[in-house]
Amino acid sequence: MKKVFYVLTVALALSAQSAQAALNLFACEPEWGSLAQELGGDKVSVYNATQALQDVHRVQAKPSLIAKARNADLLVCTGLELEIGWLPMVLRQAGNATIQPGKPGYFEAGIHVPRLEIPARLDRADGDVHALGNPHIQTDPHNIAKVAEALAKRLGEVDPANASFYQTRYRSFAQRWNEAMQRWESQAAALKGVAIVEHHKGFPYLIHWIGLEEVATLEPKPGVEPSSGHLTEIMTKLQQRPARMVIRAAYNDGRASAWLAEKTGIKTVVLPFTVGGTDRATDLFVLFDDTLQRLLEAAR
Amino acid sequence: MLQQKLPALAVALLCAAPALATANDDAELEKIRAEIQQMKQSYEARIQSLESKLEQAQASAGAAEKSAAKAETAAAEASTRTTVSGNAFNPGISLILSGIYANRSQDSDYHITGFQTGGEIGPGLRGLSLAESELGIYANIDHYFYGGLNLALAPDNSVGVEEAFIQTTALPAGLTLKAGRFFSGIGYLNEQHAHTWDFVDNPLAYQAFLGGQYGDDGVQIKWVAPTDLFIELGAEAGRGRIADTEGKDKNGAAMGSLFAHVGSDIGISHSWRAGLSYLRTSPSHRQSPDLDAAGAFVTNEFSGNSRLWIADFVWKWAPNGNSHVTNFKLQGEYLHRSESGNLTYDVDGAANTDRYHANQSGWYAQGIYQFMPNWRAGLRYERLDAGRTAYASNNGNLLLSDYNPDRLSVMLDYSPSEYSRVRLQLARDKSREEATDNQLFVQYIMSLGAHGAHRF
Repeated sequence: MKKVFYVLTVALALSAQSAQAALNLFACEPEWGSLAQELGGDKVSVYNATQALQDVHRVQAKPSLIAKARNADLLVCTGLELEIGWLPMVLRQAGNATIQPGKPGYFEAGIHVPRLEIPARLDRADGDVHALGNPHIQTDPHNIAKVAEALAKRLGEVDPANASFYQTRYRSFAQRWNEAMQRWESQAAALKGVAIVEHHKGFPYLIHWIGLEEVATLEPKPGVEPSSGHLTEIMTKLQQRPARMVIRAAYNDGRASAWLAEKTGIKTVVLPFTVGGTDRATDLFVLFDDTLQRLLEAAR
Repeated sequence: MLQQKLPALAVALLCAAPALATANDDAELEKIRAEIQQMKQSYEARIQSLESKLEQAQASAGAAEKSAAKAETAAAEASTRTTVSGNAFNPGISLILSGIYANRSQDSDYHITGFQTGGEIGPGLRGLSLAESELGIYANIDHYFYGGLNLALAPDNSVGVEEAFIQTTALPAGLTLKAGRFFSGIGYLNEQHAHTWDFVDNPLAYQAFLGGQYGDDGVQIKWVAPTDLFIELGAEAGRGRIADTEGKDKNGAAMGSLFAHVGSDIGISHSWRAGLSYLRTSPSHRQSPDLDAAGAFVTNEFSGNSRLWIADFVWKWAPNGNSHVTNFKLQGEYLHRSESGNLTYDVDGAANTDRYHANQSGWYAQGIYQFMPNWRAGLRYERLDAGRTAYASNNGNLLLSDYNPDRLSVMLDYSPSEYSRVRLQLARDKSREEATDNQLFVQYIMSLGAHGAHRF
């Protein structure tokens, strides 16, 4: 009897501890889930709302997302209207006050980095443009570094008991990240000025970071399917200004780039775009290793 | 490295000292001790000064880095800051424009054989017509409330307040409270705005039992369970404005509803939601078009109690969860209504009122397949079950029929972008026992301005 009581007490204590230990984190995109895991270690329990093979523009306010948002202590999203098609609906239905916009539990990565492609005019005739700038910020490691600093601080605000733990992990991450960035930048030097064609305007930050030159995009306007007329136009353009490769994210439909590659003989490169986009890209570090390796191979 | 070596050296020297002492006299020993002490002190001082210098260097480097980062973010903010004026806080405004062309083999004297309906039913006018335009204005009110207004601008130049509600965003424990006029949370399709429907019209069962779509003035409380499986429970109370009736002018509520929804994912490619709902209303003077025993088109009026059960299910598939290229949606609902009260036959003529009972049901099932980007095809089959009806003394005026209306619809739609859609729909509508209506619709639905997130 005594033994049973003891076992029960221990089990209760353990379950209470595990319930209390992990900060429930709802990451809108896998890159932020991965970053939060780096910074939070075993103090956070990360749920990724989307994955790399999903088109981030076309996510739906699924029941599973509402259930996860209901229990979240911290929401980490890109913002910049990337999640506008589903997140507001999830937040309104989840009945969770702690992660509403304006609360410490609502973290937007996009506002912590300098944005590119802020449209000079806002008109839907220009396609799926984002008023606050291009939201695909995760393809430049400098942006990851900035978001990491802000996120570590926010983790400490939401979970003050572990604030110093998050800071320690952040310092370790920042050091490793800076070292990795130096390595990537020396590797990427060979890619400077390389002409590319892009499927969707998903990589302006990568292009800006490495100094690639974008000759054309397969989508005539952001979010609009490549048409045969537009692809023919690109062919003529490429005769004047040849490109070395056509790049697309793992989730983009591969047919248009395959067609262009077949007609022009340039290489197609599938980039992971985010954590999980390729078999190799299992964390943020390998994400950039893999991205650069794929670009370097194609440029060879 | 240096820091570690120096104390070690000092310790080694100290350890060696006793060995030396045996060979030399006390004075010598004292001298050596003093020298070592001196050495130790001077090294310690040097180490300390080195350490403090290092700390200073680190601090200033950190500060420089921080100020550089600050300058960068300031520059970024400056580059994105737009002119802040009074309208920066304007709510999101969305406008839906829709138009329709209908070609049908039957006239517009629509009714559903054997069903006392009400509200906006039927396939509408033939030829070219404007469909309902929706003007929606939504925003967060403050850190406690969200709210909005949705106006339905009908082609006959009338304006209807479709939704005008406020909703809490800051209640604890997974609770959300809604008040005002809103679409009831019962069923699956009921809460969806017309512009998100997959067919031109809503299912016959919704037309027969809910007057098309059910919105009411009332309050709603919803609770989401703290589980990984999505479980949502809700209850509503309202004045009972169902199927174009006025609702009750009385204290308390004339409508009550309860609903439960569960849902989840299966792998990364499948997600589903299922629900069960109950609605109790007491419509008064609910007017329904009907064909009487003599074959004349009449209007009947019902007042009494109405109880409705709905079971709903939706399942969505997209390869790897990526709905961009192909995806599939299967959806079905079963509705059962039992009513008892008084029915007035032909309100504008004979106006004979007597007891009325009915136990009827209906269901629909539909599949929508996106077979390539921007293109979707859909198939819907639906059927109503006449069930049991008792007209009392109106038995001679209204023929009892065991006819089960049904309809088959196919549609093809093309969406050049997220904001525009053009649709072709063909249907064989057997709502009326006496006439099969072969229908062709061409429809456009366009969305302007801020476009809010859609429901699952």
